[in-house]
Amino acid sequence: MKKVPYRNLISKVLGVSLVVVLLLSNSLLAQEAAAAPSGEGDAVKGKQLFNQNCAACHSLNKKMTGPALAGVTERHDKEWLYQWIKNSSAMVKAGDAAAVKIYNEYNQAAMTPFPTLSNQDIDDILAYTDAPPVVAAAPVGVAESVPGGGSSSGISNEIILGALALVFALLVMMLVLVNKTLRRIAEANGVVLEKELAEKRLPIWKAFAQNQFLVLVFSIFLLLSAAYFAYGWMMQVGVDQGYAPIQPIHYSHKIHAGDNAIECKYCHSSARVSKTSGIPSLNVCMNCHKSIYEYKGNPEGPSAEDLANGYTNEFYTGEIKKLYKAVGWDEENQKYTGESKPVEWVRIHNLPDFAYFNHSQHVSVAGIECQTCHGPVEEMEIMYQYSPLTMGWCINCHRETNVKVEGNEYYEKIHAELSQKYGVDKLTAAQMGGLECGKCHY
Amino acid sequence: MSSNKKYWKSEAELNPNDSIVETLRQNEFVQEIPVDDFLGDKETLAASSTNRRDFLKYVGFSTAAASLAACEGPVTKSIPYVVKPDNIIPGVANFYATTIANGFDFASILVKTREGRPIKIENNTDAKIGGSANARVQASVLSLYDSTRLQGPTFNGEAIAWSELDAAVKSKLASLKNSTKKIAILSQTYASPSTTRLIAEFREAYGNVDHITYDAISEDAALTAFEAKYGERALADYNFANADIIVSFGADFLGDWQGGGYDAGYSKGRVPKNGKMSRHVQFEANMSLTGANADKRVPLTPSEQKVALAYFYGKLNGTAGGGNLPESAKAALDAVAAQVLKNKSNAVVVTGIEDVNAQAVVLAINEMLGSKAFDVAAPKYVRQGNVQAVKTLLADMKSGKVGALLMDGVNPVYSLPNATDFVEGIKSVDLTVAFSTNRNETTELVQYVAASNHYLESWGDAQLKKGHYSLMQPTIKELFDTRQFQTAILQWMDSDKTYYDYIKETWSAGILAGNDWNQALHDGVLVSVPAMGEDVVAAVAPKVAEEEEMTTEVPLASAIRSLSTATADGMELTLYSKVGMGDGQQASNPWLQEFPDPITRVSWDNYVTVSKADAEKLNLINENVADGGLNGSYVKLTVDGVALDGVPVIVQPGQAPGSLGLSFGYGKTVGMKSEMQTGVNAYALYKDFSNTQNVTIEKSAGMHEFACVQLHKTLMGRGDIIKETTLEIFNTKDAKEWNVVPVVSLDHQEVPATSVDLWDSFDRSIGHHFNLSIDLNACTGCGACVIACHAENNVPVVGKAEVRKSRDMHWLRIDRYYSSEDTFAQDDTKKEEFDGLFGDKGSLGGFGEMEDPSANPQVAFQPVMCQHCNHAPCETVCPVAATSHGRQGQNHMAYNRCVGTRYCANNCPYKVRRFNWFLYNENDEFDYHMNNDLGKMVINPDVTVRSRGVMEKCSMCIQKTQKTILDAKRDGRVVKDGEFQTACSAACSSGAMKFGDVNDAESEIVKLKESNRMYHLLEHVGTKPNVFYHVKVRNTNEA
Repeated sequence: MKKVPYRNLISKVLGVSLVVVLLLSNSLLAQEAAAAPSGEGDAVKGKQLFNQNCAACHSLNKKMTGPALAGVTERHDKEWLYQWIKNSSAMVKAGDAAAVKIYNEYNQAAMTPFPTLSNQDIDDILAYTDAPPVVAAAPVGVAESVPGGGSSSGISNEIILGALALVFALLVMMLVLVNKTLRRIAEANGVVLEKELAEKRLPIWKAFAQNQFLVLVFSIFLLLSAAYFAYGWMMQVGVDQGYAPIQPIHYSHKIHAGDNAIECKYCHSSARVSKTSGIPSLNVCMNCHKSIYEYKGNPEGPSAEDLANGYTNEFYTGEIKKLYKAVGWDEENQKYTGESKPVEWVRIHNLPDFAYFNHSQHVSVAGIECQTCHGPVEEMEIMYQYSPLTMGWCINCHRETNVKVEGNEYYEKIHAELSQKYGVDKLTAAQMGGLECGKCHY
Repeated sequence: MSSNKKYWKSEAELNPNDSIVETLRQNEFVQEIPVDDFLGDKETLAASSTNRRDFLKYVGFSTAAASLAACEGPVTKSIPYVVKPDNIIPGVANFYATTIANGFDFASILVKTREGRPIKIENNTDAKIGGSANARVQASVLSLYDSTRLQGPTFNGEAIAWSELDAAVKSKLASLKNSTKKIAILSQTYASPSTTRLIAEFREAYGNVDHITYDAISEDAALTAFEAKYGERALADYNFANADIIVSFGADFLGDWQGGGYDAGYSKGRVPKNGKMSRHVQFEANMSLTGANADKRVPLTPSEQKVALAYFYGKLNGTAGGGNLPESAKAALDAVAAQVLKNKSNAVVVTGIEDVNAQAVVLAINEMLGSKAFDVAAPKYVRQGNVQAVKTLLADMKSGKVGALLMDGVNPVYSLPNATDFVEGIKSVDLTVAFSTNRNETTELVQYVAASNHYLESWGDAQLKKGHYSLMQPTIKELFDTRQFQTAILQWMDSDKTYYDYIKETWSAGILAGNDWNQALHDGVLVSVPAMGEDVVAAVAPKVAEEEEMTTEVPLASAIRSLSTATADGMELTLYSKVGMGDGQQASNPWLQEFPDPITRVSWDNYVTVSKADAEKLNLINENVADGGLNGSYVKLTVDGVALDGVPVIVQPGQAPGSLGLSFGYGKTVGMKSEMQTGVNAYALYKDFSNTQNVTIEKSAGMHEFACVQLHKTLMGRGDIIKETTLEIFNTKDAKEWNVVPVVSLDHQEVPATSVDLWDSFDRSIGHHFNLSIDLNACTGCGACVIACHAENNVPVVGKAEVRKSRDMHWLRIDRYYSSEDTFAQDDTKKEEFDGLFGDKGSLGGFGEMEDPSANPQVAFQPVMCQHCNHAPCETVCPVAATSHGRQGQNHMAYNRCVGTRYCANNCPYKVRRFNWFLYNENDEFDYHMNNDLGKMVINPDVTVRSRGVMEKCSMCIQKTQKTILDAKRDGRVVKDGEFQTACSAACSSGAMKFGDVNDAESEIVKLKESNRMYHLLEHVGTKPNVFYHVKVRNTNEA
């Protein structure tokens, strides 16, 4: 009975989505069609080429290592541009006035020559820089025109929950009503309820108090369970599983390792060779963030969940600016100011000093995935300690994990001898001596 | 049984009518309790709203609040580099080759740095010449982090900027340019081609510049003698590995004699190979490290040594050298002279007598013998001090001829015997500048104190020996606002070059001789014959101060005559430098202060050593008192009117009767923490820079409390602890006879102790199994390993009072034993022949006698660290299994598991476990390097810093073996032989300690273990240690 409007809703949502998709594709097609004939170049192809070749140093509307390229055709003629892009340093050498000016303006950093780009390619790129296809704007506009229809899944979840709550409330109300009616009927029929009888009985708590055996059993049970919980509580003292402190810069592993699939060891490079995985120094961040100065997020825009947390594009861009401040990067002039301020990260994984742990042993030698201990980092918006990092946890893994001996000459002899001794095919870390106290405590 | 004894606290109590006693008896407190002071003010008390109950509430709540607040875990910050230097990976050590050249210690070394902090000194194995890192060099890294270092330049005690100092000094120097007054540079020995060139240029720029090189402990006699004979102010080099017979007249060449660094070569010849080893005869007054290692040691006073040298020379030449000598000494000289003549070029003679005649004679002897161990073609430049020039300078200063005095690396007010002259003279100098790393006696007196770099922060170069060049490079940026001398000189010359450029220039001009600069810098050392122009050679070759007249060669005949007539007036004092302290420039280094002297085993002190005979005569005593410490009498020493009072006495076996010994380097006070102000300043008695002095000695009142780590001096005939034999027996008899395996009774049958066991053995044939080999023949007892162990393993310094209570924390100790009879063999025989309790051969009296070392004993050194027993007694008694055994042979110690019962230490037969009685870090009671942030920078991040209440001990450097294994795993290869090292084995330049994997059949350690000299310490206990020793062989061959 109550489900009808709900079913209607779904179909409505589906309908709206369809309309959105259609509208979207329409507008895309329309734009492409409009862009293609506007110049000799193909702006869509140009965008691809731009991202491949130019984006490291250039942006459309912003000065980076090189100048902003929007409207560059208005500043220079095409022939000049062909020549410049294919070999700028030759132009500078030859003393072309405009070339020398740009060269000097941008700290005398010579632009990488692109002799492989054909004139058509350059035309495409220039077409893109002159009139970039406004893809990003389209869905926003459509979404505005059909409010509430944009991101369907999040809202419909809420509706489902709301409807369920409503149903539940109705059920409760009905139950009360039925009960009341029945009572009334009973009274009217002269049925005596057994209330008075019950009052004569000994209250249950008194009976309990008088039964000493029960009291004894109960208190033993109480003490034991208290001890159990106390023990459990004590054992977690100093175990910071789930510790997710607020960091000075909101660094999202989800965006870096998840969305952009950056390999962990690209930034945590010392994990390969050192005992510490190392928090990357800020110059490592700047390898990418020199050109990634703002967060553009998913093409669909931030999810409702993100929005609820305040993780808007502006928020992330703000965090990038924090990085610039710390590393002393002057965005305007694309220069380091030399005034840097190291970031004081809050350490999450912190082994006690008496335990020795070496990342390279586990990462390089054993080939263990970072996620084995650090959890699904690529999904962590806020980094937290995934594993308990207790000794029991270490030992367990050493007991269960086989040593990766393949292709490692070091293990050849010892593996052959030990596996024969223990009569196994594959040795665990424990059998290799990984449980000895002195391997980690010295 | 009741007693009527009356106990009394003071003598006054014996007098029943004493009023004080009566008064004290009535009063519970000797002093009036100042109750009124805190309860008298009734008003305040009444006005206070806090009553007792409130107070208790506050206490209760604040305690509860504090404990609740403590539940919150601390937030740890982690701060990465903003821009990480390419060559630094956090957690991975970098090594840099550099050179120490502080005027006393010269060595090519490797510096281990972690995250940019130097934390340990290692030997540079590429260096082809001696001068490997000794104990002081090993410890020098801690001096870098000395919290008492000067942090910036000062003017009359006020901090100023370098620019101000530069301006003031430059204007003053400019004004002196055309005046009659001269500019004097008083410096340490640099042995640096670049600095020599720089000072020459400085002289050109300012004219009238005098460079006076001053060694606190002078080698002037040897330099002068060498110069007279060979025309160059340098020191002959010796390679003792090439000598079969070594004769030394008072030369402590295993110590700091002529710059030291001879132990590696010496030890090479001391290990019996093909039935041959060198024979070493020592004639000396003090019991030195060298004498302790000699096959035959003849105690002679300094004057007797001179006579003996003359006699010896006569014997070699077949002429009769006269002189007054004891018959036994003559016999010894006759024997050794005959041996030397027989061996000729395979013999070498050295002397440490600070006398030009003696030095000249020795040079002549070696020349005559054509000794293979004697090298004058490539002499050493590590001592350049010129006594005459220093004296001239003092005179010039007094007479006002010196306009500016620039000092670097010297502390003349402390180390000059006539320091008062200097103090007086400096008043007449217009400009005084002292470069120094620390505040010291001299910096107190000068106008400008230029805070100087530590050598680990400096650029530099050195020519330790002709053709052997070393480079010094900074391993850390200057910790403070300091500047090295050379940089300042460049500044004052208005040069825009850095000293680095300057060195590079010097090297490119000739030293490199086609070699690559970067490669040279990487290696730290370069052997090259410089092909340079005459002028550069002249600039680089160490110069004789111009005003000094050229010394002419000493005619040998007159030299011999003067030697043979040498006499002494009363007691003779020999001043020497200790292995741990040297000339005293690192006196504020807690590692070195706590380093026990190899001979006396006393730390935190210097003392006068007296022979037993003289001690009895003068009524001087050493006694072990009830608290377990060693006490000694005080004496007053007077040399030519200069008195040194309150010098504690050590009765030294082997000290020549009629002679005394006293070491330099102590008694510093200015700029030192109070804990470090130990000992007496022996430089006060260093009259005329002569290391031997006629001295009068008187007993003073009181007893001195020593911090001595070994109170028992002899082995009491327990020949199985240090097994030794003679070369003859070693060569002719079966190992069973001289390397006896102890036997035990099993089923009423005597079987070798090694064959019996309480436990089943664990199969250790798989994987690595580490063993440490210690060759008692090669070990000189120098103690470099002790300091290396400190640095590697974060061993705490506990201070004098704790060491006195036998709470020293050394993981590695070097036991020193004296024989009670003339030799250890006689000790053994004596013990064997005990018969009954009483009588001549009775054991009751006999053992008592054996506790006393002989007047001239044999000496043996034995490094002892945790023996890593395969059947370890400590492991079985630990109630919490904090100490357990690893498959690789190491005995592990889990500090976090230890509850401190100390059962393990009690059950250890080797007494190598150390207990943390206190928290030694971050504790003001132990104000050494671990109590300040700067000092803590030396801590090795791979090793736990132990806390109070846990046991610790040698781990066989498990952090190093694990690192080696991991490196191999990462590279996917097997571990090569020689890759495994411990801190001690890496520091051992004499090759006495070798470490390796006995499961690697090809390794050197396997060969060492299979040697017939191998034995285990206390083998009969059945502990099956993983440390083994090699029987000491003495070459007693007199023919």
